Amino acid sequence: MSVLVFADSKDGKFKKTALEVVSYGKKVASQLGVNLIALTVNVNETSELYNYGAEKVLNVSNNSLSTFNANKYAGLLEQAANKENASVIIIDSSIDSLYMAPLLAVNLNAGYASNVVAAPSNTAPFTVKRQAFSNKAFSHTEIHSAKKIIGLAKNSFGIHESSVAGTTENFEANIVESNVVSTNIERVTGKVTIADADIVVSAGRGMKGPENWGMIEELAGVLNAATACSKPVSDLGWRPHGEHVGQTGKPVASNLYIAIGISGAIQHLAGINASKVKVVINTDAEAPFFKAADYGVVGDAFEVVPQLIEKLKAFKAA
Amino acid sequence: MKILVCISHVPDTTSKINFTNNNAEFDKNGVQFVINPYDEFCLTRAMWFKEKQGATITVVNVGGAETEPTLRKALAIGADDAIRINTEATDGFLVAKELAAVVKNGGYDLVLAGKESADYNGQMVPGMLASLVDYNFVNACVDIVVDDNSATLKREIDGGNETLTANLPLVVGGQKGIVEEKDLRIPNMRGIMMARKKPLQVLEATGTEATTAITSYEKPAAKGPVKLVDASNLDELISLLHNEAKVI
Repeated sequence: MSVLVFADSKDGKFKKTALEVVSYGKKVASQLGVNLIALTVNVNETSELYNYGAEKVLNVSNNSLSTFNANKYAGLLEQAANKENASVIIIDSSIDSLYMAPLLAVNLNAGYASNVVAAPSNTAPFTVKRQAFSNKAFSHTEIHSAKKIIGLAKNSFGIHESSVAGTTENFEANIVESNVVSTNIERVTGKVTIADADIVVSAGRGMKGPENWGMIEELAGVLNAATACSKPVSDLGWRPHGEHVGQTGKPVASNLYIAIGISGAIQHLAGINASKVKVVINTDAEAPFFKAADYGVVGDAFEVVPQLIEKLKAFKAA
Repeated sequence: MKILVCISHVPDTTSKINFTNNNAEFDKNGVQFVINPYDEFCLTRAMWFKEKQGATITVVNVGGAETEPTLRKALAIGADDAIRINTEATDGFLVAKELAAVVKNGGYDLVLAGKESADYNGQMVPGMLASLVDYNFVNACVDIVVDDNSATLKREIDGGNETLTANLPLVVGGQKGIVEEKDLRIPNMRGIMMARKKPLQVLEATGTEATTAITSYEKPAAKGPVKLVDASNLDELISLLHNEAKVI
């Protein structure tokens, strides 16, 4: 028996979420009294994972896996889980993982709990806490199947060091065929994406028009943050849909969420509830967002934001 | 083209969420139920196919009789017929297996389903369904063009989009972008009258066992009041974010 985690990487380097799922996997493996195994794809230096508790790393090297394919990756995890007799398989909550996990669940006939936010409260029955109702509540869910898949919500468990003497072996997996073929990938370059961001700077209709987004991007630049927006702003075409944060847009689980000129509709709050610290800047002291915020500034964004940029620049330079 | 659109019956996005029975059950009191917004995008896209390329649209839901008004609304929007699988949708795997039985019997070319439901947000049913019936699958889809037996799709990836090709039969997990929100259909009076006469078939469930079970719920801990910082003293805000919250 073992616990298997998928440690995702980009350009050969582990993502922050990889270190979080390995940390989480170590906790689960300790609870079950079994070993922790990590699966990696096309990573040259895997030893970083030993620092977080991975006793064994299975690394697959294969050029055909350089572009994500849900069927192929689900096939890899299935083979690794079977090889290591894994009873619990843990993945992160990236768009790709959420695409792959249901396919893996069918392959392994495994119960799958997504949006998990804490270590299992019990291992018999195996019980996890999950986000539900678009972050307005949590559910405590028992998984009854022999094999279990856990999708760990971003920034929910944290990264915890737990050094072990690990080993890495090359994993020669069969790459399954897929009839879904990638023909082109377009990425926004030079910008921090919402998925990767620890800080998100978001703005709403209070900005009055798309021509005023320069200061939002400048503030995001100073903080190395991603930019986002409220639903009306993306509906109006001021910003791309990919930046729409909310119940039917992107969920944000950043360490810091700065909302500028956003009143705080219930659907928007549902999308940002998982963020740790919320700052609201709004002219309307009665805006509902102030009830959900940790820190607030009642003031005109056109006066507050430029000052904040200058002060943050000075703070960073100090 | 035969299209199946999977419809979840979910609380309206503005609903306050409460629980009863010692936090073991969702409190439906006073809650307005609607078509899952992600499914609504898919239904509108299906209507586009019906009107531009010719298609029949069946809508399907796993749930009790109380979900039928949601299916009737989908019929009023323009679906041709509806199927309700008569069991409680307690677990994503159970729902996928029940839907798989319908797909296997119906021989659908294209199955559209929201990438997730707005209540449990599991994001698992479309992928599990595709895998169970051995159809191709694309998730988080923001565009789909069907040409004879093949489809070109765009899906969201972290920080961009990916273009893919896949042959039918195909399951698609859709989201906003597969149609724009301004294009969503609202049932008109004629549609509502016609929907009353459209067939709604009730199928008994296959009796598959759930792999997961929710034992209780809790709400997030109440947070303290907001700390207001004067707009003329932004150094204090930076100090709070650095020293107290430790996020910058």
